[in-house]
Amino acid sequence: MAKRTAIVGVGQTEHAGNRYDVTGVELISEAVRRALADAELTREDIDGVVIGNMDHFEGINAVELWSIDGNGGIDKPTLKLTTGGTTGSTLAIAGTHLTASGLFEKLLVIGWEKNSESDTTGAITTAFDPIWDRMVFAGAVAGLAVEASAYMSRFGVTEKDAARAAVRDRRHAVDNPHAHLREAVTVEQVLRSPYISDPIKLLDMCPRTDGACAVIFANEDAAEKIAPRPAWIHAATNRHLHSYLGDLEWYPLRSLELAAQEAYRKLGVREPLKEFDLMELYTPYSFANLSWLEALGLAAPGEGARLVWDGVTDMGGKLPINPSGGVLATNPIGATGLIRAGECALQVMGRAGKRQVPGARRALSTGFGGCLWSDLLVYGNDKPG
Amino acid sequence: MSPGRVAVIGVGRSRPAFRRPESGFAELVHEAVTACLEDAGVSIAEVGNIVTCSNDFMDGRTISSMAVGDAAGAAAGEGKNISTVEGDGTLAAYYGMSRILSGGYASTLVVAHAKHSEGDYRLITNAWFDPIYERALGLDWMSAAALQARLVMDGRRLCVGDLDRVVERNRRHGAGNPEATLRAGVSPEELSGSPMMAPPLRAADISPLADGAAALLLGSEEFAGGRAKRPVWVAGAAFSADPRMTDRDLSGAPALRRAAESARRMAGLEKLPGEVDFVELDESFSYQQPLWLAELGLETLDDERINPSGGSACGRSEGVAGLDRIIAAARRLRGDAPVPLKNARLALAHGSGGPCAQSHCVWLLGN
Repeated sequence: MAKRTAIVGVGQTEHAGNRYDVTGVELISEAVRRALADAELTREDIDGVVIGNMDHFEGINAVELWSIDGNGGIDKPTLKLTTGGTTGSTLAIAGTHLTASGLFEKLLVIGWEKNSESDTTGAITTAFDPIWDRMVFAGAVAGLAVEASAYMSRFGVTEKDAARAAVRDRRHAVDNPHAHLREAVTVEQVLRSPYISDPIKLLDMCPRTDGACAVIFANEDAAEKIAPRPAWIHAATNRHLHSYLGDLEWYPLRSLELAAQEAYRKLGVREPLKEFDLMELYTPYSFANLSWLEALGLAAPGEGARLVWDGVTDMGGKLPINPSGGVLATNPIGATGLIRAGECALQVMGRAGKRQVPGARRALSTGFGGCLWSDLLVYGNDKPG
Repeated sequence: MSPGRVAVIGVGRSRPAFRRPESGFAELVHEAVTACLEDAGVSIAEVGNIVTCSNDFMDGRTISSMAVGDAAGAAAGEGKNISTVEGDGTLAAYYGMSRILSGGYASTLVVAHAKHSEGDYRLITNAWFDPIYERALGLDWMSAAALQARLVMDGRRLCVGDLDRVVERNRRHGAGNPEATLRAGVSPEELSGSPMMAPPLRAADISPLADGAAALLLGSEEFAGGRAKRPVWVAGAAFSADPRMTDRDLSGAPALRRAAESARRMAGLEKLPGEVDFVELDESFSYQQPLWLAELGLETLDDERINPSGGSACGRSEGVAGLDRIIAAARRLRGDAPVPLKNARLALAHGSGGPCAQSHCVWLLGN
């Protein structure tokens, strides 16, 4: 990259199922003020603002202009990006390029969603082609249920395997003061929870959350002056290979596989299981915590569950996944991918509190969204060469 | 940084027409991308990454970016890195440029689309406004602009005749531009008989909404060096946003002034007047032209140097509009424009968006 760039500040709102105490603009402002305070910067120090959400959840068009009182963008370059579920990770990738280019030195990046104001499934249903796909795939859960069924039938993976992954994420969330759902559950509780869309049950699935996350990017001209240990960005890749759900191959998650291979190639990663200290994955339901490990090259096809059962991905394991509790605990959709970025940054900066992975040096985050869009970023506490 | 390092290598547009009922919006995207790559002489395999420009309200779909990935070439080869900006296409192009200057990619394909014939733009732009406090007032793209038009006309002492001159000039210029959707001059009778839409805005003052898609291929100096026969270089680019329309003096457009200042600094110019040979401005309404020119300090430009393509007044597609201005400027700088303009070396292309153009993006392009 032309200039090396890093995350130097992170702010998250209080995440909850319904933040009826604030408007969308106030919710955004809460995250922005916390990120600025975290980096010890003021609005005046910021060169520009990038913001994203999913339009149809709040029903606001041109959200970057509507929310300008709260997003810090008045009189500044203000940009909106949106790519569905990946919006948050797409924003992190934009923060990376816009600062690495030298066009911006310090950039405020904001993801947010006030899902309580939306009909989430109603809005997501309109993502699909009105002629070919919409009658078959209603909302997000139905498509994921198809993926889970295909995976189970191909490898003999069970609902119990997935439940174990849900137990892990929900246990991790207990130690994250920002998490929306902070209740540990057992495998039996997951298995006894009601079906939403067979084989996905309530406790296998992410919630819908009101929340915002703001992350401050600064390139090498400013990063170390702001944060003593910035979280340097080492790679940012993505893939989006399909526009129609009917065209998908349901296994493997090819978009994530290709994005990961591109990043590993750039960084010379050969054994990702050994070479990362933690991952914050946009796994919106428990089964993804099994099969997508395979796309990331962490396990052979059909072997993802074994890593999870063996405790490899638990806190204290060889490669903790989702120390924050992940998407199963907190899901303000447009912010979700950016929370993954913020959490990875806090980890490699050594500032993740009770959820800190001791000695974390290198982390990986992903984003997942519409028609299997995958984003991926790699962070390190070392300045890229 | 050295801003001379990114070039416009190819430009392409869908066939101009107000209504394209035979094509879905993804097909319009494919049409523009195909034309752009053909113009550049570059295959999709050589394209480094893609930035699309979509709006969920325009497309009537959530994650509307998802619907155009295929058409833009996102799955070509081993798949390409792709992202999506929502807003004017000049902003998507700006992000596309940053992805080259970051060292991430050698080239970026940028494509925007809009299919106005499938939606109700007044309803779509009513959603720009706060659902609790503003929407019920009936504010939208046109009614909000009517308020601004009054202030601009009063403040700048403009009469209907001044607006007539703007419309007449844009339409006269557009008549000679094969890429304009509306290719016909306007008569005094047509202007005087133009129906009132939202006083003081008459139908003739409003840039007509058209279906369309436009694409640009941007490349690094190295990428352009081997390929582009006639590269157009980005001298500077910048954008800015103003407070909400209810919180600012609508008789000015400070965001445009700031964006132009930043672009000028990036280009290493002392001032814009005398340096900019022609402008391609995005005007949704005729009253905006005198305001934009004043904020840019370019009021003294000759008639032939203001929107020589005809500008947005000859067909405007949301999101596409600013890319269309870049395309028109690039074509002229390359010497492709049908009506020649002497000494066309540095162009200012512009995009705008939001209520009363709350957001502005300025590009300085040179040959």
